[in-house]
Formats: sequence, C-alpha cells, structure tokens
Amino acid sequence: MSAFSYLQDYLPVLPEIVLALGAMLLLMAGVALGERSATLVNSTSVILLIGVAVLIVWVPGGRHVLFNGSFVVDDFARFLKLLALTGSAGALLLSLDYLHAERQEKFEYGVLFLLSTLGMLMLISAADLIALYLGLELMSLSLYVIAAYERDNARSTEAGLKYFVLGALSSGMLLYGASLIYGFTGTVNFAGIAKATNSGASIGLIFGLVFLFVGFCFKISAVPFHMWTPDVYEGAPTPVTAFFAAAPKVAGIAIFVRATMTAFPGIAHEWQQILTFVSIASMVLGAFAAIGQRNIKRLMAYSSIGHMGYALVGLDADSAQGVQGVLIYMSIYVTMTLGTFAVILAMRRDGKLVENIGDLAGLSRTQPTMAFFLAILLFSLAGIPPLAGFFAKFYVFLAAINAGLYVLAVIGVLTSVVGAYYYLAIVKIMYMDEPVRGFQTMPGLLGFVLGVTGLVNLLFFAYPAPLLGAASAAAKSLF
Amino acid sequence: MNWPILSVVTFLPLLGALFIMLVRGDGRLARGTARWVALWTTLVTFAISLVMVWRFDPASPEFQFVEKHPWLGFASYHMGVDGISLPFVILTTALMPICILASWTVIQKRVKEYMIAFLVLETLMVGTFSALDLVLFYLFFEGGLIPMFLIIGVWGGPRRVYASFKFFLYTLLGSVLMLLAIMAMYWEAGTTDIPTLLRHGFPLALQKWAWLAFFASFAVKLPMWPVHTWLPDAHVEAPTAGSVILAAILLKMGGYGFLRFSLPMFPSASHDFAPLIFALSVVAIIYTSLVALMQEDVKKLIAYSSVAHMGFVTMGIFAATAQGVAGGIFQMISHGIVSGALFLCVGVVYDRMHTREIKFYGGLVNRMPLYAAVFMVFTLANVGLPGTSGFVGEFLSLIGTFKINTSVAFLATIGVILSAAYALWLYRKMIFGDLKPAVAGIKDIGWRECIIFAPLVALTILLGVAPKPVLDISAASVTQLLDRYDHALAAVKAAELARDHPKLELVSAKDRMPVGATR
Repeated sequence: MSAFSYLQDYLPVLPEIVLALGAMLLLMAGVALGERSATLVNSTSVILLIGVAVLIVWVPGGRHVLFNGSFVVDDFARFLKLLALTGSAGALLLSLDYLHAERQEKFEYGVLFLLSTLGMLMLISAADLIALYLGLELMSLSLYVIAAYERDNARSTEAGLKYFVLGALSSGMLLYGASLIYGFTGTVNFAGIAKATNSGASIGLIFGLVFLFVGFCFKISAVPFHMWTPDVYEGAPTPVTAFFAAAPKVAGIAIFVRATMTAFPGIAHEWQQILTFVSIASMVLGAFAAIGQRNIKRLMAYSSIGHMGYALVGLDADSAQGVQGVLIYMSIYVTMTLGTFAVILAMRRDGKLVENIGDLAGLSRTQPTMAFFLAILLFSLAGIPPLAGFFAKFYVFLAAINAGLYVLAVIGVLTSVVGAYYYLAIVKIMYMDEPVRGFQTMPGLLGFVLGVTGLVNLLFFAYPAPLLGAASAAAKSLF
Repeated sequence: MNWPILSVVTFLPLLGALFIMLVRGDGRLARGTARWVALWTTLVTFAISLVMVWRFDPASPEFQFVEKHPWLGFASYHMGVDGISLPFVILTTALMPICILASWTVIQKRVKEYMIAFLVLETLMVGTFSALDLVLFYLFFEGGLIPMFLIIGVWGGPRRVYASFKFFLYTLLGSVLMLLAIMAMYWEAGTTDIPTLLRHGFPLALQKWAWLAFFASFAVKLPMWPVHTWLPDAHVEAPTAGSVILAAILLKMGGYGFLRFSLPMFPSASHDFAPLIFALSVVAIIYTSLVALMQEDVKKLIAYSSVAHMGFVTMGIFAATAQGVAGGIFQMISHGIVSGALFLCVGVVYDRMHTREIKFYGGLVNRMPLYAAVFMVFTLANVGLPGTSGFVGEFLSLIGTFKINTSVAFLATIGVILSAAYALWLYRKMIFGDLKPAVAGIKDIGWRECIIFAPLVALTILLGVAPKPVLDISAASVTQLLDRYDHALAAVKAAELARDHPKLELVSAKDRMPVGATR
C-alpha cells in the first residue's frame, strides 16, 4: 500500500518517464534491428510523442511539486509541454518523407528527437537552476547532433559545429549566471530566489541575472544573441530546421517566462529594461534583415528572430495578461512555422530540394492549393486580421499597453508593417509573377500538416475560445 | 421573424465564395459558373439588404438589427446598423453586382479567384460598416486589405505590383497605430463595445492621442492630403471593378470611421483638431483639383478628383453641424455612385482601346452617342451641378462649414469651380472635337453596359432631385451624434471654467441649491 502511494506521487512526472523509457527502448530496438528499422523507429517516435501528449492531459491536474522543489507540474507546464510536443511531433512528421527521399533514413534521428523533446519537457517544468541546466543541456546536446545529422554534407556539419560552439559558450554564460545567483541568494530554488530578491537586488545578483538572460536569449535566438540562427537554419537539413524553429523555441520561452516570473518578481524594474531592449532589437532586426534574403530558410530564420521579439513583448509587460499573450503567441507561432516548413519541404524539383524564394514564382497557377495555404500562413505571419497571427500580436500588445510600455508597442507595430513587406513579397512572387516549372507533387504527410496548420490559422477567429481559455488558465498558474 | 438578417447580409457572399472555390477546373464552364454564382450571390445579398431598409426604423437613433454573441472574452461578436452605417451597407451591396457585371468579359484569366476575392471583399466591407465592437471592426477593416491587394496585384495594369504594395503598406501603417489606440481605449473603458464606448467620456489626454491614432488610419484610408499618394497609383493600376470598389466603398470607410469613432468618442479632441482638418481639407480640395487639371491619364484625373471630393466630406464632418455631417454622409454616398460610375465609364473605353491616355481619345460623340450621354450625366454630377446628387452633398457640407468657419467654406467653394474646370475639360477632350482616326472604329455601349449604367444614372438624378430618403434615414442618428458631441464639449468647457475660476463655480453651486435646503 505504501509502495503504491509512493508511486502515485510520481504520477505527474509519468509523461517524462514514459518518454525517457520509450526513447531508450527505441534506441535499443534500432541497434538490434540495424539500419532497416529506421522507418519503424521514426514512425514509432511520432506515435510516442502523441502518446506522451495524451498522458500529459490524462495525469491529474492541479499543481504538483516534486523532487524537493526542483520539478513543478502546473497548468503553465502542461500547456507548454503540449505545445512543445506538437512542435516536435509536427517536425518529425515533416521529416519522414524527407528522410526517405534523401536516403538519410537512420534510426538515430527519431531517438534524438525524442531525447531533445524530453529535455524540453524537463526544462518547461524546471523550478530550480540545476533542473533548468539539466533540461537545457539534454535538449541542446541532442539538437547539436541533429543539426549535423547529414554528416557527408559540409553545410550540415558546419551548421552543427557552429551551433555547438556558440551553444556551449552560451551554456557556459548561463551556468556562470546561475552560480552568481546562487552565490548572492544562497539558493537555487526559484521560490527561494524570489524571497531573497523581494527587497531589491545586489549588483552581483544583477550580473547573474544578465548572464542567465544571455543564455535564454541565445536559445530563443533573440538579438543580440541571434548570430547563429541564419547559418544554422540554412545549413541544417530542412526538417531539422523546422524542428529548431518550432519546438526548442517553445521550451526556451517557457523557461524564460517561468524563471523571470517566479524567481525575479521583486526586481521587475531591472529585467524589464533588458527585455525592452532585447525585444525592440529583435523586432527591428527581424523586420529589416529579412528583406534582403533570397533563401527561404534564411528568411524564416530572421522571421523567427522577429517573432521572438514580439513574444518577449508579452513577458516584458510583467502581468498574467502578458504571459497569456506569450502563450497565445507561441501556440500560433508553432502552427505558422510548421505549415510554412511543410511548403519549404515540398519545394522539390527533379528529386532535389530548392530553397530560393524565386522558385515559388507563379505557384498559384502550378499548385493553387499549396499557394493558397502558404499565402494564408504568410498573411498570418505578417499579423494581418482576421488570421491567427493577428490575434497573437494583439494579445501581447494589449498587455504591453496596459503595462504602459508605449514606446515598445509603437515600435512593435511599426516593425510589423516593415515585416509585412517581405511576407507580401513572397505572396507577390506566388500570385503575381509568371510561373516557372511547378514542383513535384506534394507528399501526403506534408499536405496534411500544411492543410491542418493553414485551416487553424484561417479559422482561428471563428472559435478562439479554447486556446484563449487554456492560455489564460496557464498564465494564472504562475501567479 | 427573428433571423439574423445582418449576419446573413454580411456572410452570404462568403458562402458564395466557398461555393466557387469548390468548382473544379479552369475551363469555360468553370469560368461561367464562377461568374453566375458571384452575380446571383451579390444580387441576393442586395435584395436582403433592401429588406433591411424596409424594416429599418428611421425615427430611432439607436442601433437596429443588433446581434450579440460571446467571442473573444472581452470582445464580442456585436453587429448592428444605425442611420449612419445603413446607407453605406446598401451602397456596398448595391455596387457589388454592378462590379461583377463590369468584370464579366474583361476578366478572362483566373476568373474563379477574381470572383472569390470580390465576394470575400464584400463580406469584409459590409462587416466593417456593421461591426459594433472595436476589435471586430478592426478585423473587418484590415482584412479588406488582403483581397484588395490581390485584386490590384493580380489583375491590375503594368505597374500593379508597385501599386498593390503601396496600397497595402500605406494603409497598414496607418491602421496599426489605430490598433494601439483601440487597446488603450479598452484599458480605459474596460470594454470594446462601440455603443458603450459612445457613451463613455474619455479623459482629455487619451482623447488627444487616440484621436491622432485614429486619424492616422482614417486619413490614409479616406485619403486626405498629404497621405493620398497611394490612391492615384492604386486606381490607375487596379482593374475597373477594383477601382470602382476602391473609390466607392473603401474610401468611405475612412469617412465612416471619423463619424463613428473620432467625432463621438473624442469630441473634445475633434473640436481641438478641427482647424487641422479644415486646413488639410482645403488643401485637398484646391491643390488636388489643380493636380487633376494637369493629368494625362483619365483614371488618374478621376482619382485626384476623388481626393478633392473627400475634402468636402472631412470638412463637413468636422464642422460638426447638422448640415455639415448630413452633407458629409450624403457626399460620400453620392461620390460612391458617381465616381464608381466614372471609373466604369473609363473602363468602357479602356476595354475597347486599352489605353487611358486622354489625348488618345477625341470626338467619341460621333461614334458613341449613348456613351457620351451617360458620361455627361456623371461628369455633371462630379462637378456638382444642381439636380444631380453631387450638388446636394457639396452644398450641405458647405453651408454646414459656413456656419462654423466662413473662410474655409469660401476657399472650398473655389474647389467647386476648379472641379468644373477639370471635369468639363476632360469631357470636351474625350467626347467632343474632331474624331481621332485611332478611335474611328469604336463601338457604342452594349446591352450589358446599359444594364450597368441605367441604375447609376437613375440614382444620380433621383438623389439629386429628391435627396430626402437618404437624409431621412440618417437624420435621427446624426442628431443624436451631435447632441452628444455638444453635450460633451459643454461639459469640458464647464470643467475648464471651474478650474480657472474656482470661486465662480462655488457661487453657481450655491445658486443651484434647492430652495429650503439646509446645511
């Protein structure tokens, strides 16, 4: 009986346990069965991710704190875990056809996805600095390897190496910040840090905070720690880029929000200055640097930098409303990103992927359905109503206005106009230019992902209540 | 009968668009189906909107046909029309079938997409005029950019890409500032419900900033000088029906916005900024009329004349007198019909000769007598000749302004003379004179074009002779609007007085004490 109740205490962490065991089992299965098991392992990984998502919904609700206060499961964690799993599963779905077509089927691919996702789930639930670092490193180490997955391809290995070197540097900074924070507060627990900083912070703690933020900004590719993004996005295999753009960003934003909100509520004035700068810089760079891009993966890199800037606007507002805005933003961002990458992965001619924006010319005539859905996603990325992207921006700016961050809000909306330009430019290429040769028929899985994400973005306005309600509940659980 | 008539009018076109989307193929049959479905959808929508006119109670200044459903949590799906918005809804639904007919043979490539874009646009336009929630309004208002962007960019002239980008980015830039103002209003008033906000007194500082933000959006949309430069480009490059919609309805969203939001919600700021509006209006009227005189492209000339005519609208609205506001509304309706018709007239010769250069044409009356007559009616209406609808709007807004600011009204009158100059000059160049050999083989308008023009000619003259129906529909709402406006201004003045002369207020407060009251 007592053993049973002991087990029951660990029920909230069951999804992570299942995912960890599943990943190891699949790894062993892959080793035992050899290369031919690749498709099996990768497909099973998708199912496992979906199963874990179901488990997260199924395990008891409410707030649970485990492992001596270092692991917390609340509505906020559940919301973001589901989102991260959606991103991972979506990216893995997008990968299946690619791996087959490029003859890159290896079972490690799916296992690495699973391990990285496990890191994300731990990161999202982390409630002290040690758990934070463990989750972050598990996620990042798997990502470095996946970036260099095509080991015979110079671009892919270069991307992996670049990501690794810069990532290790940022991890070091984050760790240094964590040690400073520990040194000046005497605790690694978020709640303990909050108590220690209630009455203001010493200069040493501020230093620690800055270093910690450097680490976070690197993971979500916010300016000025964004330099790796375009190169890694361009160099990594395209489905891996889709994964980078969707899932780790969710986990990064999640820990950014949780750490800021639960560990440093007392020194909001200090971190708000940092966030205002980072947010403005990201929005401005994302808007202007994307204009000159010819490669669609690089364009998406700058676009994601800009989007992180918008998401941080909500965090900067320092309110439940703002956190709700961040959550809505990230949810819609994941759908937009997955859909757009489904199209990028379908840009295939004569068996080869093409990556230039110009290759989309006249797509509305050669593949009208694909062009239609991509246009919806692009207008949504630009934040034009009535598409979902508008609501994403709407909620973060609503919180910013309430917090009195007028300068941030005005700069934000102005950069969204600049950003609209390059999204429109792609629509123009698809709808107003003379067609070039069409692409190969879109594989069913890609079509499925594109269709679902496109419809979600198109019809979000008709029934927004579920997402808004869930995000609101998740945001409230932090306060 | 309690069916949601307004939602039906709004979303019926969307249904038609969905139907066209399901039509397979791109052959003759598919094209024909798309055209007929679009035509019937717009006709039925128009018919239902006429039912709305019939059931509308013009004596009541309140919103009618109201529908309200929960939507975003703080914002709701709240629709309704009053005397100010109903004319615009009818204008929209009435012009849509005409636009579809005008594109019947001209548009041969991507007919399905074209019709879908127009039907979606209709939904968004009707929605803009009938939304009773700020967020919902913004959704419709901005959403209209997408179909219009595609209409100009895909089916437009040689510089269509430049024009469509300019149109989109200009309008978006103005609107995003309005979005921030909407958010600030929400935090101040705790709601985005328009009827509630109309009764809410906003603090003066917020009024000023919010007014400027709304102004940024509506001034670009209307457009007012000096942010009008997107309009000539967009008009010249858009296909004929696109120009018609742009001139007749999209521009009116700006004027409608001023009437619905700026004037009643920010009365004090409107009052303070009225001189700015007057100055910009006068510049628009005189300067763009002069610019119109110099144009070599027919469409550009009409586009500039649109800017000038919109100057009368802003002038009338911000004069904030009964005649001025009524004149502004009437001028918008009339301009919707007349400028739409003028663009259709240009479309007629453009379809035949594929050029819009004025000097290319001459002596058309010899070959196209019917066309010359139709063109004559609309030219005179554009000039504002008594007996045409153009006269009523200009005249009312001029008297309305005269009461408030004589010199502005005087300067604006110069614009009337200038409009006669460019419009008649254009008419003489194109229709009279020697027949140019290049246009010798041109044919007069056919039966389809007659069907298009007949209702427009009838309306232009009818509204010119008997403007009462339109004025009556809006009268009650305009009166209420101005009552609230005057009331709010009086309250502000009283507060200022109290602040500057605290003693005076004390005395008057004592005076107001009821007899027999004891301390």
